[in-house]
Amino acid sequence: MKVTSGKAGIHGWGGYVPRYRLPTKEIARVWGWPDHQYKGLNVSHKSVDGPDEDSTTMGFEAAYNALLRAKIDPSLIGAVFFGSESKVYAVKPSATLIAEMIGATPETMASDLEFACRAGSEGLRASLALVSSGMVKYALAVGSDTAQAEPGDVLEFTASSGAAAFIVGPAEGAAAIVEYSYTYVTDTPDFWRRAEKPYPRHGEGFTGEPAYFAHIMGAVKGLFKKTGLKPEDFDYAIFHQPNGKFPVRVAQRLGFTYEQVERGLVTPMIGNTYNASALLGLVRVLDVAKPGQRILLAPFGSGAGSDAYSIIVTDEIVEKQKLAPALDDYINRKLEVDYATYTRFRRILTMLARG
Amino acid sequence: MVLARWWRTRIPRYRLIGAQCKSCGRAHYPPRKACPYCGSTELEQVMLPRRGILESYTVVQSIPGDTRFQAPIIVGLVRLENGVRLVAELTDVQPEELKLGLEVEATMRRIREDGDNGTIMYGLKFRPILGKS
Ligand SMILES: [Zn+2]
Repeated sequence: MKVTSGKAGIHGWGGYVPRYRLPTKEIARVWGWPDHQYKGLNVSHKSVDGPDEDSTTMGFEAAYNALLRAKIDPSLIGAVFFGSESKVYAVKPSATLIAEMIGATPETMASDLEFACRAGSEGLRASLALVSSGMVKYALAVGSDTAQAEPGDVLEFTASSGAAAFIVGPAEGAAAIVEYSYTYVTDTPDFWRRAEKPYPRHGEGFTGEPAYFAHIMGAVKGLFKKTGLKPEDFDYAIFHQPNGKFPVRVAQRLGFTYEQVERGLVTPMIGNTYNASALLGLVRVLDVAKPGQRILLAPFGSGAGSDAYSIIVTDEIVEKQKLAPALDDYINRKLEVDYATYTRFRRILTMLARG
Repeated sequence: MVLARWWRTRIPRYRLIGAQCKSCGRAHYPPRKACPYCGSTELEQVMLPRRGILESYTVVQSIPGDTRFQAPIIVGLVRLENGVRLVAELTDVQPEELKLGLEVEATMRRIREDGDNGTIMYGLKFRPILGKS
């Protein structure tokens, strides 16, 4: 095993999941889908943002929780990255809103990133690079989505809402050090949304093997090759979770056991939170991880690309786990809504006057 | 006009910053130019505690225009842990879950928006404390 010593790590982590849940069986009831057509997705409920929530408000709360754990002066944050495919403005950064809300302004970089479900992870890689180079002391990477799906499309059964955030800083004092990261991207037409269209489309025949599996396996195998690490060197393995079955299958193919994957699986409970999907898996793992444990993280975004990270937990984690709400506090705070309420909250109900 | 006023007052609204009087020691929110208790203009900005108790509330079902998606709108009188009282919207709570003495905490939300082609205004609302609802 040859692992380069990481110069940067995670000082604070935070998640956010809205209160409302739409059962997938309620979507099936409305659209007349028989059980066998959606049960295989292994998603029981999806989280739904409330009528006054959006990717900015959720991203803020995740960032605020990360800041509580990092215990740093927010003015020391020198970069804020916001990864989303459901930005509230087509043009006007969400990163400056969140930077201002947490008190990182004005002396900071700030930008919104887009790479389907992987933009938040690119923000994490950029944060690690900026901190490792010494250009900034701390950086904030946020992944947040209120994912869109066309009513009645298979994506509607999984597309949900949530946010994850990480304060990245020097290895010293970090709760978890990123010892290596590796990225694998190609041009793949598996999923897209054209400008000014409300819902994304997916390219049948491209979504599974050539996109999700090829890129995650490319990234993880690349990390293995560069570091000499093997599946058995990891205590946890977390993958992007478009549904409840893909992450389990890709883990199996790469040689990981279900026990390594289980803790980081959040999609079966709350659906696919897109830019927060794998990152919320990391949040849920960090909530319970012990010093010395090693975590594999592999987010994925359509279009397509995947990052593989090897992360080592330090002694600092124990104290930080108690400083902000755990992800399960949000997952367990749930109120079921019916399809009609969901259409109102999500503004799919368009007959209402909007002034 | 609305946009300019909202923008000028965004920092207290985003970060729950109030003003503390150097003369009588009492804090208030939103921050004003003079202390509402003794009139002193010797004030300093302070970060207020994000938790409090619901002392009174009203539920408005009939909402005009842009904000109707958020109906019903619940407005509460909240007493923060340091005694400061403020009026704010409540969220993530059903009308039947409301009761006096409910423990609440601040959360960032959309307050209003200027149609679907204007700006979105954010600020703090209060919700039942996570893990206690
Ligand atoms: Zn006074």
